[in-house]
Amino acid sequence: MSELYKLGIAEAREGLEKGDFTSEDIVRSVIGRYREKNADIGAYVTFDEEGALELARANLKAVPIAVKDLINVRGQPCTCGSKILEGYVSPYDATVISNMKANGFIPCGRVNMDEFAMGSSTENSALAVTRNPYDLTRVPGGSSGGSAAAVGGDMCIAALGTDTGGSIRQPASFCNCVGIKPSYGRVSRYGVTAFASSLDQVGPMTKSVRDSAILLKALAGHDRMDGTTPDEPVPDYERVIEGATMKGVKIGLPKEYFNVSGLDSEVKRITDEAVAKCVAAGAEIREVSLPHTEYAMAVYYIIAPAEASANLARFDGVRYGHRSDKSVDVYSLYTKSRAEGFGPEVKRRIIMGTYVLSSGYYDAYYGRAQKVRTLIKRDFDEVFRDVDVLLTPCAPTPAFKLGELQDPLTMYLNDLYTIPSALAGVCAASVPAGFTAGTNLPVGVQFICGGFEESRLLSVCKSFEEINS
Amino acid sequence: MKIDVGYVSELARLELSAEEKALFQPQLESIVGYVEKVSSVDVEGVEPMMHGRAIVNAFREDEVRPSLPREEALSNAPKRVGDEFLLPKIVEGAES
Repeated sequence: MSELYKLGIAEAREGLEKGDFTSEDIVRSVIGRYREKNADIGAYVTFDEEGALELARANLKAVPIAVKDLINVRGQPCTCGSKILEGYVSPYDATVISNMKANGFIPCGRVNMDEFAMGSSTENSALAVTRNPYDLTRVPGGSSGGSAAAVGGDMCIAALGTDTGGSIRQPASFCNCVGIKPSYGRVSRYGVTAFASSLDQVGPMTKSVRDSAILLKALAGHDRMDGTTPDEPVPDYERVIEGATMKGVKIGLPKEYFNVSGLDSEVKRITDEAVAKCVAAGAEIREVSLPHTEYAMAVYYIIAPAEASANLARFDGVRYGHRSDKSVDVYSLYTKSRAEGFGPEVKRRIIMGTYVLSSGYYDAYYGRAQKVRTLIKRDFDEVFRDVDVLLTPCAPTPAFKLGELQDPLTMYLNDLYTIPSALAGVCAASVPAGFTAGTNLPVGVQFICGGFEESRLLSVCKSFEEINS
Repeated sequence: MKIDVGYVSELARLELSAEEKALFQPQLESIVGYVEKVSSVDVEGVEPMMHGRAIVNAFREDEVRPSLPREEALSNAPKRVGDEFLLPKIVEGAES
């Protein structure tokens, strides 16, 4: 019973149903693993052990899930990786948390992240350093780096992450997990601290595709508290993926994703091998084109900071969060509280976002970026007339070293492959594909499907997982 | 200079130290330089995409439902007095 932390959701649920162990046994095992490993890996920022055990005792058959530290859980801290929320205690549950609780899951521990989900390495966390469980000198990716490290390091059964421009998929690739970015609107954002409201989505980060299917079913659906969630039925994804096959699946390879100068040769090799395995299993391959890909990064780094600068205006030192004791009037209350509370990357993005929204620049940047976003979305609409799914690299490199990327723009380029699909609002996943030669680092490949095509996406991922094992 | 970091930080109600201004100015110049790429795309007649998914008028019944109790809403206040958030004086001449 001591190694229950190694289980995934499906195995844990099976054991709970058979009465082999209880939810409390799993939580105790996860706590033991946390105590043993967190000093090295740093996946968790806070772990309310007593609270988790109490929840487990009240829900004997619930599976514990680690929660990214920007999702509100009543009675727990929610720091968003920021000093500005030190001491904050959530007064309510996010909808994803109430959905989990209603479907046999309980929140268990809070995992690290880049401050306000801005970053690709988790190095922007103001609270803790998280390391890649496969190589402690390397980053776990980001912004859901704590979630990925916890899953990849067997420090939890599964975790929740959030993805705005790649923050579930890139860390999943770096830490050998399955990560699903649902279609925009599939999962409620209520109670999830907003970064860029037209892009943010919560998704599962798990040890298997089946686990992601089970957890996504619990998370997804219409929420009266989030007007962007349509009232569309949520399929039983776990059942849908049973017997999934590659036979006859039309896979598109977007040529713009493969002719990139920064693409690491091992990532290229692993992606090419993934394609070959799909072909051997009966998939049809077509080269396709997403002609506006080269503008996606620019569009994202206008739209995401613009929305962030508006969303983060709520951190003003008035109702919650840090208040500067040096302030003398309301203006300095705002400027000093924010100066003391936010870290450098958040400050850069607030300034960038304020700039592109400011008078005289709005049309040239924000207005134009929204139009180019339409063209990017049309590229995807067009391509999904011909193919079922796209297969691409997930990140241009495997996990890099802590401290290796210092220049913000270079760091941004990490999200090259994950940003276009985020802008288009379609669903996408990272699935473990192999390990680099020599350095032995995990590498995932990305599958992308159309909006609300999670059933198809998960089926392709499941089939890939089988032919790749 | 593409972007005046000092001026924009005032718009953003975000005080920056001299060191931060010196660090951010060239970094943001290069980011702004990069995103200017969007100006080369022909967007004549293209509608802007304003959200992740086109949904129009997400109506719901307008009914009274319980909201966060006042005490809980105030529980994270940096400073409070009674049932209110306490702020520095805003109006000249008023009692603070």
